Amino acid sequence: MLFRIISTFHIEFAIALRNRWLSIAVAMMVLFSLVLSVAGSAPSGALGADRLSVTVASLTSLSVYLVPLMALIISFDAIAGEIERGTLPLYLAYPVSRGELLVGKLTAQLVLVIIAVCLGYGAAAAVAFWFGGSDAIGGLPALLRLIWTSVLLGAVFLSLGQMISGLSRRPSAAAGLAIGLWLVAVVLYDLGLLAAIVADDGGVFTTRVFPWLLVANPADALRIYNLAASDAVGAASGLAGAAQSIALWKPLVSLFVWMVLAAGLARLTFGRVKP
Amino acid sequence: MTMLHISNLTKRYGTPTALDAVNLAIAPGERVALLGHNGAGKSTLMKLVLGLLPPSAGDITVGGHEPGSRAARDLTAYLPENIAFHPSLTGREQIRHFLRLRGRPATEADALLAKVGLADAARRRIGTYSKGMRQRVGLAQALIGKPALMVLDEPTSGLDPVSRREFYTLLDDLAAHGTAILMSSHALSEVEVRTDRIAILSKGRKVADGSLSALRAAAALPLTVQLHPRQGCASQVTAAFPEAKPAGDVLTFTCAQADKLDILARITAARSAIQDFDFLPPSLDDIYVQISRSAA
Repeated sequence: MLFRIISTFHIEFAIALRNRWLSIAVAMMVLFSLVLSVAGSAPSGALGADRLSVTVASLTSLSVYLVPLMALIISFDAIAGEIERGTLPLYLAYPVSRGELLVGKLTAQLVLVIIAVCLGYGAAAAVAFWFGGSDAIGGLPALLRLIWTSVLLGAVFLSLGQMISGLSRRPSAAAGLAIGLWLVAVVLYDLGLLAAIVADDGGVFTTRVFPWLLVANPADALRIYNLAASDAVGAASGLAGAAQSIALWKPLVSLFVWMVLAAGLARLTFGRVKP
Repeated sequence: MTMLHISNLTKRYGTPTALDAVNLAIAPGERVALLGHNGAGKSTLMKLVLGLLPPSAGDITVGGHEPGSRAARDLTAYLPENIAFHPSLTGREQIRHFLRLRGRPATEADALLAKVGLADAARRRIGTYSKGMRQRVGLAQALIGKPALMVLDEPTSGLDPVSRREFYTLLDDLAAHGTAILMSSHALSEVEVRTDRIAILSKGRKVADGSLSALRAAAALPLTVQLHPRQGCASQVTAAFPEAKPAGDVLTFTCAQADKLDILARITAARSAIQDFDFLPPSLDDIYVQISRSAA
């Protein structure tokens, strides 16, 4: 079993390298990280936070927007592409299970996300150390926390991308759905919550329902967890109050539950695909 | 003993019946061609044999195993119709992957690619291959590990006549070593005479199953006779063969298989007026069309 997963991983990783997915993802992450780490350094003195913590506060927003987009772009072709090329019935005629195929693809895609996130945020850390000196060491735990939670978020959206791929059967339709999902989950969801809070004006929705809705969205969960877990980061983002009203374990559990749930949904969808 | 056993196989997609009570058995070393128009049920039958689709009724066993089971998949090789592999991979990488999925050493890849005539292109990306070359990559993966059953969906489409001959030579070799082969085609002329049996599907029903000569007899199509009169003897020949119709310099008419010798005797009697003659058997496509049509 492991041998077949490793071979699938190997071939998928080779394809991702040739398709330049890796170089595109790394370039995107490094570029945005550098821009944010250079531009976001001004308020560090005023807030009494070290330079890296301030950078991490900016990078958290980058993770919320860019990591899901990157993950969906990498994964939308996973099943639809095999259907289009006619290779899906062939693979399914081989002594390899659908689960093994999916795990092989997911791990290869996850490695891409890990490399892109590490290089991007590593570059941002290098900038913080270069300008901020050894003070920046104080922000290292926050940076590591952001990296591994970003990888979790990436895993969630990779699986969601695979699910979309299995649902739509055609790469072009899958790409459209992926962009739609990104817009809804990352952009419109927050706008909707904001509108609801404004309309509610401090009522039951804002105090009771809103925190749960915030935690239920994996991208928001990542933001809350990272802002709440570090005082310095929370202070730098100006959202410390809002974030700290939610217990730390809730967003973390949300991220893990989403990862398992999304992988399960992807497997379920793939199981229903008739070659 | 049979390698593939299909009995009363029925597959319905809602109301239309894709396959209707089909029976088919293939012994080890036997090459069976499955013929039918597009939509006759060939690909559906193959997907049922591979366990990719569940049957609505009936039974299939592959070497005694349920289709789609690990044991059946280990025994079976498949070549889907119109396969296009990932254009970013080289032929070599793709075959090495398929070898590993079958639990075989990846080092066998070069020998397999050489066998299908792709030794020189092995390190090039599949995106640069022609349709025929992609088809050969598909063949190469189907040859992995000398399978007990080969299921080939339109394997010769996209192959030029020379490649097609080489392909049949590969099949002969496999069949000689005991591989049971089920291959589909939409034309009888494509499968030539290098199959042991031909099964014809029409609208989901099996309408014929036998050797080419048996199908020829079943179709009972007439022969075409062509007579070439000597210079200035056309009227003599027309008098001797009133059924013949002129077509340019030639006179043609049809005759039943059984009357061949009688016609030959009449030609011999009129030899002074006839320069040459031809008996043209019905073409393979004529036979196929006749059988499909008579069953409908």
